[in-house]
Amino acid sequence: MFCHWPNEFLTSFSCCLIVHKMASSPHPGIPGYTLLLKSHSSLDVGVQGTRLTESSGAKEMKSGEVLDTDLLVRLLMPSNAEALCLVRAMLERATELLHFEENQSRAIVRSVDEALANVIRHAYLGKTDLPIEVTCKRLRGDPDGTHVTGLEILLEDSGIALDPAKLKGRPLEDLRPGGLGLHFIRQSMDEVEFSHKNGKNQLRMVKYIVPATVTKPEGE
Amino acid sequence: MLIAARASDGFTIFDITGDIDLAHSPQMRKALLGEIKEKKIPKVFLNMKNVRYIDSSGIASLVEGLKASRDVGTRLILFGLNNSVREVMQLSRLQKIFEIFDDEAQALAS
Repeated sequence: MFCHWPNEFLTSFSCCLIVHKMASSPHPGIPGYTLLLKSHSSLDVGVQGTRLTESSGAKEMKSGEVLDTDLLVRLLMPSNAEALCLVRAMLERATELLHFEENQSRAIVRSVDEALANVIRHAYLGKTDLPIEVTCKRLRGDPDGTHVTGLEILLEDSGIALDPAKLKGRPLEDLRPGGLGLHFIRQSMDEVEFSHKNGKNQLRMVKYIVPATVTKPEGE
Repeated sequence: MLIAARASDGFTIFDITGDIDLAHSPQMRKALLGEIKEKKIPKVFLNMKNVRYIDSSGIASLVEGLKASRDVGTRLILFGLNNSVREVMQLSRLQKIFEIFDDEAQALAS
């Protein structure tokens, strides 16, 4: 996983996470980091995509570059299922920052996890060292743009192009293993859009914040 | 994810700890099918009290275990599901397909 995992992100609402070459700047304190670097072994790549190496995969930080102020985090992960737990942990904290209800937070984490699993299995056919980019942004839907109204998550991969028209889960009444991931995503997110642009599969998912219902005491 | 097995006369309890996701569901599947299809243990219990997360690959493994248990005439019983796991069972419409109990005592008494 190529990213900063800064304390600032965990404590500051406005901090952005910047894609970084972790391979040249190790974070020994991150559980699983060593495992993930070891996972970038020399595998033959039979599908589209550029393998993650120490010199490729991460976007260069440009001097003076200004990031979108609504960007919460952008990270590059390997198509390795072992990395999914790290993305789930990041998303749990991101949804906490945005004050999502617990069940909404679980829905977001579940959807992104399922979508990433689909990329690993179907777009990259189980290859473990291909890049997936995850970008999370705050949405401001109110007229003056002062309140955060939701979270947008964009997943990008360079794997086999998937035909959105053919993406459908199995009927739930059909009791058999598999085919549930897409169903979970569509049930859990408010907007789900698949597209293929510039040689990349893109999946954009949006979840809006639903304010907690306040029950007034009787008599008021 | 960790799986510990407690075997007794006529049943096995698997205590599962951690996340059942794409990386770890094959491990659970192997353990389940070993007890059900190979050993044909009459009752296999899954203690999910310490399962924080389950994804669709984990659910697929459970469904495969359930189908195997039906094929050989044994029972697969789940207990200790937290809110996160229950939500996934409901989304999959499986909460009434599986035998699910609140805790170990209720499950063993079933």
